[in-house]
Amino acid sequence: MEYFLNEQQKTLKSLARRIAEERILPVRAELDEREEFPWGIMKDLAEADIFRIFIPEEYEGLGGGCFELCLAVEELSRVCSGVAVSYAASALGSFPLLEYGTEEQKQKYLPDIASGKRLAAFALTEPTAGSDASAIKTTAERVKGGYVINGTKQFITNGGEAEIYTVIALTDKARGARGASAFLVEKDTPGFSFGKKEKKMGIRASSTRELVFRNCLVPEENIIGKEGMGFIVTLKLLDRSRPGIGAQAVGLAQGALEAAVDYARKRIQFGHPIISLPVVQNMLADMAINVEASRALTYAVARTIDSGAKNFTEEAAMAKVFASDIAMKVTTDAVQIFGGVGYMRDYPIEKMMRDAKITQIYEGSNEVLRSTIAFELRKRKARRE
Amino acid sequence: MGIQIDLDKCVGCGECLSSCPFGLLEIIAEKVHLREGCTLCGACQEACDYQAILIEAVAEAPAAGDSYRGVWVFAEQRNGRLKSVAYELLSRGRQLADTLGTELCVICFGHGINEAQQLIAYGADKVYLMDAPALSSNQDDLYTKGLVELIEKYKPEIVIAGATSLGRSFIPRVAAILKTGLTADCTGLEIDPETGLLLQTRPTFGGNIMATIICQTKRPQMSTVRPRVFKKGTPDGRRKGQVIRVDFNKQRITSRTKLLSFIDDITEAVKLEDANIIVSGGRGVGKAENFQLLEELAGVMGAALGSSRPPVDDGWVSYSHQVGQTGKTVCPKLYIACGISGAVQHLAGMQTSEAIVAINDDPNAPIFDVATYGIVGDLFKVVPMLIKKLKND
Amino acid sequence: MVCLKQVPGTPKVNIDPQTNTLVRQGIKNIVNPFDTYALEEGVRIKERYGGKVTAISMGPPQAEEALREVISTGADEAILLSDSAFAGADTLATSHTLARAINKLKQYDIIICGRQTTDGDTGQVGPELAEMLGIPFVAYVSKIEEIDNGYMRVKRMVEDGHEVIETPLPTVITVVKEINVPRLPSLRGLARARSAVIPIWTAQELGADKNMVGLSGSATRVIRVFFPQRVHHGEILQGDLEGQANSLIDKLREAKIISGS
Repeated sequence: MEYFLNEQQKTLKSLARRIAEERILPVRAELDEREEFPWGIMKDLAEADIFRIFIPEEYEGLGGGCFELCLAVEELSRVCSGVAVSYAASALGSFPLLEYGTEEQKQKYLPDIASGKRLAAFALTEPTAGSDASAIKTTAERVKGGYVINGTKQFITNGGEAEIYTVIALTDKARGARGASAFLVEKDTPGFSFGKKEKKMGIRASSTRELVFRNCLVPEENIIGKEGMGFIVTLKLLDRSRPGIGAQAVGLAQGALEAAVDYARKRIQFGHPIISLPVVQNMLADMAINVEASRALTYAVARTIDSGAKNFTEEAAMAKVFASDIAMKVTTDAVQIFGGVGYMRDYPIEKMMRDAKITQIYEGSNEVLRSTIAFELRKRKARRE
Repeated sequence: MGIQIDLDKCVGCGECLSSCPFGLLEIIAEKVHLREGCTLCGACQEACDYQAILIEAVAEAPAAGDSYRGVWVFAEQRNGRLKSVAYELLSRGRQLADTLGTELCVICFGHGINEAQQLIAYGADKVYLMDAPALSSNQDDLYTKGLVELIEKYKPEIVIAGATSLGRSFIPRVAAILKTGLTADCTGLEIDPETGLLLQTRPTFGGNIMATIICQTKRPQMSTVRPRVFKKGTPDGRRKGQVIRVDFNKQRITSRTKLLSFIDDITEAVKLEDANIIVSGGRGVGKAENFQLLEELAGVMGAALGSSRPPVDDGWVSYSHQVGQTGKTVCPKLYIACGISGAVQHLAGMQTSEAIVAINDDPNAPIFDVATYGIVGDLFKVVPMLIKKLKND
Repeated sequence: MVCLKQVPGTPKVNIDPQTNTLVRQGIKNIVNPFDTYALEEGVRIKERYGGKVTAISMGPPQAEEALREVISTGADEAILLSDSAFAGADTLATSHTLARAINKLKQYDIIICGRQTTDGDTGQVGPELAEMLGIPFVAYVSKIEEIDNGYMRVKRMVEDGHEVIETPLPTVITVVKEINVPRLPSLRGLARARSAVIPIWTAQELGADKNMVGLSGSATRVIRVFFPQRVHHGEILQGDLEGQANSLIDKLREAKIISGS
C-alpha cells in the first residue's frame, strides 16, 4: 500500500532494508544462538548515518522524526527484531535529552549518539516496579555538587553495552510519583555497575541487564529537567516511543508473513503447494490484513506526533497494543503454516515467534495500555470531533 | 564507423535480443532498435541469421607489419629458475613461428639463470639473456624498460608472455609505451592463413563469451597467456640455437619502485599449479574446520588443496588456494570439486582439467555439466568413504 | 583519483542450450565490483591522511548512475567521460582517454583502479594508464601500509606470497578485494549523490585526438564473438552413496587417472 513517502524517507527505507538484508540476514541466526550483541551491525548503522535520523541537525543529526524512526525500525525488525530493538533503545535513551535536556547537555551527548559512537539506554523498571512504575525504590539523594544514586534497575535493554543512561530515581520519597527525577549517568561512573545478563526467550541479540547503583555520585549538571519531573519525562518519552515498538512489531510480522507465503508456495503436500488450500489461504489473508492495518495505524500515529500534536497518549498506546498483538498472532500462525519444520531452529520462523512475545509486554504491557485507553475513553466519553 | 542495423534485412525475429550483454536491443514495430550504450562487442552480429547487423571495420592503413619479424616469448623467472609457463609458451610459440616461417626468440631477465640451453632444446632459435643481480627481484620498471629496448631494437612481430601477476603487471606497460595492442589471458593463439595476423582468442564476461581479437596495424602484436593453457612440449637436445647476452646498463635502466621484502605464503607441501591431483572445496564445505576433511583426502591422494572463491572470502582458506577467474588457473590430471556449485568464474580456472569429479548435494549444480564423474550426495558422507576406500585398498 | 567502470550486473548468467545464447536475468548495470574496493580504499586514505577523492569513468551516459553511487559511498566528486567517439575503445584507447582527463585535472597523488573488470577481465587499463601519465605502477595491492613524505609503502599479492614495495608519489595502483570491505552508502552520502553535479567531458573538452580514442584509437579489434561450446561426456554415478564412492575410485584407477592398488 502506498504511504506517500517523500524522497528522503524512501532513501532511508531502502538503505535500512539493504543493511538488513546484506548485513543482518547472514548473521541473525548466529546472534540469536550465541546471544551476542550486534556490535558489527551497530557500526554499519552508524556509518550509514542511521543513528542520525532521530537527532536534530543542530546536534549533527539529520532532523527526522518519529515516522523516520519507525521506517528504519520496521525494516531492521523485518530481518531481526533483536538487532532492531538494540537500535531503537538507543533512540529511547536519547529522548529525555532531546525533550528536556539543557543546551550544554545536548551538545555534550547528542552528537555521539547521532554518530553511533555511543549507544544510549533508558532505565526505569525495577524488581518492584514494572507496570506499577511509581513503585520504584531507587533514590537520588541531593549532596554537595550532585546526587548520590542507590538502587537497582532491572531488564534494561542495551544494559552494559550503552555508555549513556537516562535513569529515573526518587529525589523526594515523600512525594511519591511527583518525587522522581531523571538523571544522565555515564558508564564507568564509580558506583555504577551491571548485574547479570538476562537469558531471554527472544530478541536474544539484544543485551538485557540489571543496573546496580551503589553510592553512585553524579554531578548536578546531570539532572535532566528539574527535580520532580521524573515521571513527566517518563510518560512523555514512552508515548513518543510506543509507535517505534509498533514498528518493531509490524516489521517482525511482515517478515513472518513473507516467510510463510514463500514456504506455502513451495511446500507440496497431496500433490499441490499448500497455498492452494483454502484453510491456508484464509490464514494468510487474515495475516496480511492485520499486518497492513497495524502498519497503517502505526504510521498514522507517528505522523500525528511529528505534526506537533500535544496529546497522543491514547493513539500511541493503540498502535503499540494492536501491532504487538498482531505480531504474536501472525508469527504463531506462520509457525503453524511451516508445520513441522517451523518448529526446528534451522528455520528462521520459530525465532520470530519467540521474538514477538516481548512486544506485548515491555514499554507498557498491553493490559496497562488497554486500561490507559479505557481511561481516555471514559474521560471524553469516546467522543470524537 | 560503428554499428548499423539494416532494417530491410531485419525480420524482427528477436534472436539478437538475448545476445546483447547490456540488454540494449528491443523490438519496436517488428524491427530491432538499439538503445544507447553499445560497446561494439559484436555479440548481436554473431546472433543474427540475416546479416542485418553490421559492425563496420575501421578503414585501416596497410599493416606496418612487414618490417617486424619473429615470434618472441618472454620467459619469467623466480629465484633464478624459469617458471613452467615459459616452457608452455615456448612450445606454442615454436608452432606459431613455424607457421609463419620465422624465428622464435626467448627473452629472459633475471640473475643466475642457466637454462638457456634448455630453452633452445624446447624450441628457441635465439635466447636474449639479461642477467644481473638487480634483476633477480622482478621489479616492473626494470623489466618494462628492458623489454621495450629490446623490442625497439629487434622489432619482433609477436610477443607473448605468461599472464602471471608479473606478466599482467608489466606487459601492459610495455604495450602502452609502444602504443601497440595487447590481449590478456588468451586461451587460444592461431595464425590467420590469409593475413598472417595473430588470432588471439580469450574469454570475456567471466567466460560466458569468447572473443577473437586481432591487432591489425600496430606492432608487435602482444598477448599474455595463463599458465596451463598450453602444454609443455618435449625437448630435443640436438636443437641448435644462439644465446645472446644483453648488457644490463644500471644507468639507463632504473627502477622508481623498490622491493623492501617478500613474505612467503605457501605452507602446503604440494604447489597448486604443479599438482597432478587437486582436491578443492567450495561454499558447501560450510566452515573453516571442515577443510580438514578435504586436506585428509588430499593427503591420502598426494594432492594439493584448492578452493573456489567463497571459502577464501570467508577466511576459511588462504588466497593461495583459490582457483578461478581471480585465482589460479589449473589443469591437473584430476580435479575433485567438493561442495562447489560450478559458477562460471570458478570453471574458468579449472575446466580444462583432464578429469573432473564433482561431489555436491544439489543435482542441478552447474559443476555437473563439466564433470567427468559426478556424485550427487553429501560431501561429508562421500569424502570419508573415498578416504576409507583409498586407505584400505 | 579512482577510475571505475560500469559493467552489466550478471547475477545469473546461463546459456540457453537450445539457442546457444546468453540468458540474462536482471540486466541491471552495476559498478564493477573490483572498483568498489578501489573507491573504498580511496575514501579510507582520505579519512586517514586528508585529501579529496575524485571518481572518473569513461562510458555511455548511463554510467552516470555508477558515479552517483560512488559519491554516496564517499567520493567527493565525479566526472563522466562520454562521447560517441569513445565507443569501441580497447584498453589502449581507454587508458589514453582517462590519461587526458587526469592530466586536465592536473593535481593528483594516487590513482586507484580495481584489478580488472568483470566484463573485459583484462586488468590492463591500470598499468597502461600509468605509462601514459609517466608515473610508477604497482599491481594487486592488498594493503596500504603508510603514506609519508612523497612515498607510499604497500603490500601486494603475488602468486606465492606478498611483496612489500615502496613507490614514490604520484603513482597508479590496482587493488584486490583482500584490501578492505567496501562500506554501504550513508544517508548524507545518498543526499549528496542525488544533488551532485557530474560534469560530462566529451572528446572536445579533453582536446583528444579522434584517432587516439574509441575504435579509431584502438590497436586491437574484436573480429569474432562466439559462445564456448561445452561438449560434455560426463557420468553421474548411481546407487547408494557408498557404492558410488567405491565405484568412483575404481573408475579413476581403471582410467589410470590415479594410481591403482
